[in-house]
Amino acid sequence: MNALTSMMLLPLLGSLLLAVIPTDQVLRIKQAALGTTLLVAISGVMAWFKFESSNTAFQFVQTVQWIPSFGINYAVGVDGLSLVLILMSVLLAPIVILAGWNESEGGRWSAKVFYILILLLETLMIGVFAATDVFLFYVFFEAMLIPVYFLIGGYGAAERAAAAVKFLIYSLFGGLLMLASIIGLYVISSDNGGPTFDISKLSEMHNFMSPTTQNLLFLGFFIAFAIKAPLWPLHTWLPDAASAATPGTSVLLLGVLDKVGTFGMIRFCLTLFPDASKTFTPVILTLAVISILYGAFLAIGARDIKRLIAYTSISHFGFITMGIFAMTTQGHSGATLYMFNHAFSTAALFLVAGWMISRRGSSKISDFGGLQRVTPIMAWSFFIAGMSSLALPGLSSFVSEFLVLVGTYTRYPVAAVIATFGIVLAALYILIPVQKALHGPTTPGNESLPDLNLREKIAIAPVIAVIVALGFYPSPLLNVINPASAHVIESQGFTDPLPTESAGK
Amino acid sequence: MEYSSPILNYAQLAPILIVLGGALIGVLIEAFAPRSSRHSSQLFITIATLVISLGALLRVRNEASVDAAMGSVAFDGAGVLFQASILIIAILSIFLIADQENFTALAAAVPGSDEERDSLRSDLRVTEVYPLTLFAVAGMLLFPMSSDLITLFVALEMLSLPLYLMAGLSRRRRLASQEAALKYFLLGAFSSAFFIFGVAYLYGYSGSITFVGIHGSIVNGSGNDVFLLLGIAFISVGLLFKVGAVPFHAWSPDVYQGAPTAITGFMAAATKVAAFGAILRIYYVVFANAQWQWMPVLTVIAIITMVFGSVVAIAQRDVKRMLAYSSIAHAGFLLAGVIALSKPGLDASIFYLFVYGIATVGAFGVVTLVRDSSGEVTDLNRWSGLGKRSPLIATVFALFLLAFAGIPMTSGFIGKFSIFSAAYESGSTSILIAGVLSSAIAAFFYIRVIVLIFFKDPVEDGTSVVIPSGLTTITIAISAAVTLLMGIYPAPLINFIQSTAFFIR
Repeated sequence: MNALTSMMLLPLLGSLLLAVIPTDQVLRIKQAALGTTLLVAISGVMAWFKFESSNTAFQFVQTVQWIPSFGINYAVGVDGLSLVLILMSVLLAPIVILAGWNESEGGRWSAKVFYILILLLETLMIGVFAATDVFLFYVFFEAMLIPVYFLIGGYGAAERAAAAVKFLIYSLFGGLLMLASIIGLYVISSDNGGPTFDISKLSEMHNFMSPTTQNLLFLGFFIAFAIKAPLWPLHTWLPDAASAATPGTSVLLLGVLDKVGTFGMIRFCLTLFPDASKTFTPVILTLAVISILYGAFLAIGARDIKRLIAYTSISHFGFITMGIFAMTTQGHSGATLYMFNHAFSTAALFLVAGWMISRRGSSKISDFGGLQRVTPIMAWSFFIAGMSSLALPGLSSFVSEFLVLVGTYTRYPVAAVIATFGIVLAALYILIPVQKALHGPTTPGNESLPDLNLREKIAIAPVIAVIVALGFYPSPLLNVINPASAHVIESQGFTDPLPTESAGK
Repeated sequence: MEYSSPILNYAQLAPILIVLGGALIGVLIEAFAPRSSRHSSQLFITIATLVISLGALLRVRNEASVDAAMGSVAFDGAGVLFQASILIIAILSIFLIADQENFTALAAAVPGSDEERDSLRSDLRVTEVYPLTLFAVAGMLLFPMSSDLITLFVALEMLSLPLYLMAGLSRRRRLASQEAALKYFLLGAFSSAFFIFGVAYLYGYSGSITFVGIHGSIVNGSGNDVFLLLGIAFISVGLLFKVGAVPFHAWSPDVYQGAPTAITGFMAAATKVAAFGAILRIYYVVFANAQWQWMPVLTVIAIITMVFGSVVAIAQRDVKRMLAYSSIAHAGFLLAGVIALSKPGLDASIFYLFVYGIATVGAFGVVTLVRDSSGEVTDLNRWSGLGKRSPLIATVFALFLLAFAGIPMTSGFIGKFSIFSAAYESGSTSILIAGVLSSAIAAFFYIRVIVLIFFKDPVEDGTSVVIPSGLTTITIAISAAVTLLMGIYPAPLINFIQSTAFFIR
């Protein structure tokens, strides 16, 4: 059976299995969910080893007719870009379940429903990255909203219902704009060689579009993705959703779901509408730079630890978007690697923050203090995650942020220079909470907080291991990413600008 | 003067004749059968009639001919699909109607009179509704098959008159129900007058009442164009009234709210299929060559209908009124299929009508189940927390709402996609944009209901969900299954429609 299809079926079968376990056997439900996600992770890693990184075509391809009269297929396949993101998703899922072992309790519905939703979401996450049929992608893209909506609205903190609705309305609005563009593409394809949704066939269609059509269709896709990977000024749903959801849901939301946006920009915006992408590049780079700085400033001012992490993510998504639209191989590779790294550093931040919050019963930064003495392991985990978030050399994010900045500088030096201030601000927004929460005198009420237990240590260890390991040795990932990035840039008709020194001689 | 005896193709007319026969048997039962056995025998006769009629239809489904009744009835693939949809929807609705709780005991009694109290106390049960339904169904079956204007008018009245009566049968809120019936009747009579006025003009234009004759005149361009324009305009008023398009929608919220819920479901679903069947036939077959006279106006009406229905639905606090405005919005979406004026447009409209009709019957079926001690509860505030009281029913209702909103994996999405792409393919960009935007608006209020059901706490006011009777369960289960199945694997039905749906002249 196809590696990708079976990877998608596994969590689906797992959720069916959960459905038949009696609701009151909570432990068994959790074990089954964890076991399923571990199996998926293993099959993800196996796919990783079978993948031929030098081959830029889609691999593990499977195509089955779905609605033949509209040319719609169930078509899956991965290149370096989507494989990295799938790997990221399947690795995060078991960590999230293990780390948030108790977060399903006290929700609106039973723990069983929580894990069924998580497993359904995992199926859709794999599907959305693996789809090579635009229609199939759209179906996954929209269907993903439903489990997330119920996860936020059913299990989160106080303002969860409002946050869930805000998330859903924003996403649906973007999704419908994208649907209009997809219909446009479909009609153009049926006028030029028969209806199809195949991504590689559709990537020829820009030759048949007028510039206006191409610009409009591009915008339909881009706005949907800019809402997903929140770009200023479409970001306002994210802090609400991330702070209302449980830490585990937030990790999946920020770490995986929002990556669909940046993934979509590469896979669909650039590939399907190369000319329009070039037209809009200045605007998008401006928005990206604003996001970088704006997110950073908001993060500096944040008093709530979950909101702080959400704001830092807005800044990071600005970097990723900038790397994508710099149209250089380095920028692209950096952006893709950034997506992977951001998922892990944000996961570490959110999970540790979630443990801090559940122990203290408050999410205000000012309620913490001196955690380093009381709970050293938790404090150090938070510290390392924070350092990764500010891209300290030696940790994984540094490599990707550096690549993005270098890749952008070669073509758009001004944007790159301004964006560099984001790094300075990052030091502020991470070091301020580190100082307030971890150091200084122990705030009253914190004296007897318990440190991480064994389960939590097991959950956080792989995340930190990945952060450190990729910081020193990113090439396993880059070897897969680079050919894919070069392929995208090449098919866009770009050549990487040479460094000016050697170009002058 | 010589009279030749009419030549009728009884096999092709059989579906209509069988239903009429069943209705007459029903009338006889009302007259002669003892009161105690009426309900069960009426139910049996009605369901048997509809099933036999469906069987008779399937037997002759491939025998297209214009001459089923000397040029007055056109029997063709598209007509067969309309008739089959109407019969299936009618069968599902009868199951809801069979739950007698909804109906008044003695429709003729003055509200609040002693006579009414006596009838309620002696536990009388109204059974006239079954033959009335059958008469309406017979009219609906004839309506989309008519191929001359007189037959069309007769069919219109045949389906309308029983519906006026049925709208007044509600057990609770008798006055509102009778007001609804009266309003429906007066406005319906008014629109029939417009319709017949249009018939006169078209006859004046072409000297013919048959579709073939009028079409011939349009192609030749021999007549007076003013008559043609007036004729198209007035006939359109009559037809658009039936589907509730803005500005001819004013009756629908009141009638939807006042009529017994089971009747509302039947009316909303089956009338829409029949009326759109007739609209599609008359625009595709008769007016096709005069498209520049009507298409701009119809485009404006479609856009206003979509936007108005979606916007006003937001303000509704009553579930039946909300569904009424949602059905207005859907009428706008369906007009997109008329405007497409192409084979894909026809296919898409038929698919949309079928799946929308099924989902509508299901949704109203759920509404009949939410009750307090004095009957159905339609105030949305009191639906809050339904998900906690009865998760299954709430989930099914959410499924129907998601289908109305056009979320992927439901039938509504495939319907929306195919109808908008057909409209865009025919060059109606404005329809596509308006449709997508009003879908976004509509999504807002569907989601608000889902929030209310799942995320709000139940109010303790005795609202409960009754255990559905066997027949209601069947209807809701079948509707839900079709809604889901047609969202996940619609290919067989779409292929069948594509190969079957043709109009003959």
